[in-house]
Amino acid sequence: MGMTMTQKILASHAGLEKVQAGQLILANLDLVLGNDITSPVAIKEFSKLNKEGVFDKDKVTMVMDHFAPNKDIKAAEQCKMCRDFCGEKKVTHFYDVGKMGIEHALLPEQGLVTCGNVVIGADSHTCTYGALGAFSTGVGSTDMACGMAIGKAWFKVPSAIKFNLTGKLRKYVSGKDVILHIIGKIGVDGALYRSMEFTGEGLSSLSMADRLCIANMAIEAGAKNGIFEVDEITLDYIKAHGGAEPVVFSADEDAVYDEVININLSEIEPTVAFPHLPENAKTFDQIDDIEINQVVIGSCTNGRLEDLQESAEIMKGKQCAKGVRVIVIPATQQIYLDAMEQGLLKIFIEAGAVVSTPTCGPCLGGHMGILAKGERAVATTNRNFVGRMGDVESEVYLASPAVAAASAITGKISSPWEVMNYEV
Amino acid sequence: MKYEGNVIKYKDNVDTDVIIPARYLNTSDHAELASHCMEDLDKTFVTRVQKGDIIMAGFNFGCGSSREHAPIAIKASGISLVIAKSFARIFYRNSINIGLAIVECPEAVDGISEGDRVEADMDNGIIRNLTTGKEYKTEPFPEFVQKIIENGGLINSIAEGIIK
Repeated sequence: MGMTMTQKILASHAGLEKVQAGQLILANLDLVLGNDITSPVAIKEFSKLNKEGVFDKDKVTMVMDHFAPNKDIKAAEQCKMCRDFCGEKKVTHFYDVGKMGIEHALLPEQGLVTCGNVVIGADSHTCTYGALGAFSTGVGSTDMACGMAIGKAWFKVPSAIKFNLTGKLRKYVSGKDVILHIIGKIGVDGALYRSMEFTGEGLSSLSMADRLCIANMAIEAGAKNGIFEVDEITLDYIKAHGGAEPVVFSADEDAVYDEVININLSEIEPTVAFPHLPENAKTFDQIDDIEINQVVIGSCTNGRLEDLQESAEIMKGKQCAKGVRVIVIPATQQIYLDAMEQGLLKIFIEAGAVVSTPTCGPCLGGHMGILAKGERAVATTNRNFVGRMGDVESEVYLASPAVAAASAITGKISSPWEVMNYEV
Repeated sequence: MKYEGNVIKYKDNVDTDVIIPARYLNTSDHAELASHCMEDLDKTFVTRVQKGDIIMAGFNFGCGSSREHAPIAIKASGISLVIAKSFARIFYRNSINIGLAIVECPEAVDGISEGDRVEADMDNGIIRNLTTGKEYKTEPFPEFVQKIIENGGLINSIAEGIIK
């Protein structure tokens, strides 16, 4: 019986020739990640272990992104705790204001993850790096503490669902529409405890931004990880970002999957997930006029340069609808700089949007765009749970950057095809 | 291990954002987190929870954010055990790692009502509804996981050299 991509990576990191679904293993870690809200809990736990240093100062990273720049005094204390810890333990990759970006956009950009790595992060969207052909999964702060101490974590080897992609995405349709479509199809626990493995001829038309976005939201289907088969696009990306030498693991031909799901990318339409679960996916034939108060374009899901380019293309020369607050958040300093040099920020500001420094901020209802009771937002973020962006009676509609930009212009949830008069 | 308490019951897909809203993640103080536990789902939880009480819920309990603050808030509020039809995986491992007892048992969730008195004998995998007298069987934890729980969580297991 063959192994899946995930199983092969886990076997190699557990020093085993073979693993099978359900087996409990202790795997060596290539990278341990934390942010400013999960790391303080991990640091407290780490201190109980009487370890002088972290297992490898180059393989631990902390990114101050959630409540940074510090939103209040308590947040400032938490960032300070991380800063002091990383200083004392000489952690190489500590990202503070000025260098930081949203962690899951930042790490691939900085070349910290490569194909075949095993990565844990005390943040659920750590599954993003599966786009690079790595096994990467979200854990809690105690796992992070133990990972920092011994460079290992326990895992139950997952079974997998294989997604066989064919076709090619149409204009103004992106990775976000693909993953919202998939979650709508299988549900928020449709891949619970399992891997989502993406393969097929359709891969060649998906950019790294699309893949990172799709892998990012694997957790919203309950998955342990999402992972993409490595191809030239992956290898070029890793090379361009100075990543370590890739180790490519392909699934065995006789690998066993719980299920194989075929997705024809040519058929995917602009898709919106309605409150209060990411599985409430609808296409525009099912959507009536829904007025909005706020648009957020950003986050670890959709704050990349390609996302800003697509949004700017739609907003160029237009004005944001009256009464709609439009917040654009480039995910990293490099993306911010690139967007500035390409004139994208000018387009947003002239349209009446604000452009923020990188932060997770509004996505989790932290700061920089909280909703009042009864308010509605279209957001390119990843969760639309009750109270996620503010008051428990506010609403978040999840969508792609193209849908968010189109909605910013009309003031209601709108299809980019309609706003751009694009003939399908 | 045996647990006994009154049942507080919730639906499917209870996410960690409602268990402990992000606006309180600027602290990791256990008591403070407990004082806001379940706030966005059930404002009455903190006033009615008694030490030893048992949370019962539907499918995918603890989905969403990996915040360990969620199982910490539940444990610190006095909850002794969470029984659900299924758990989101990060919440599941976080609970084991911090020593919060959790178990999957769909039949028990369907058969037991809010307010019932329940006893769970986790050594033998039996959940008893003391109010109605009905019994439900559960799967015991895998040995590796059992070891972590017996040693009071992952940190102790490493500190004592059980995991190297």
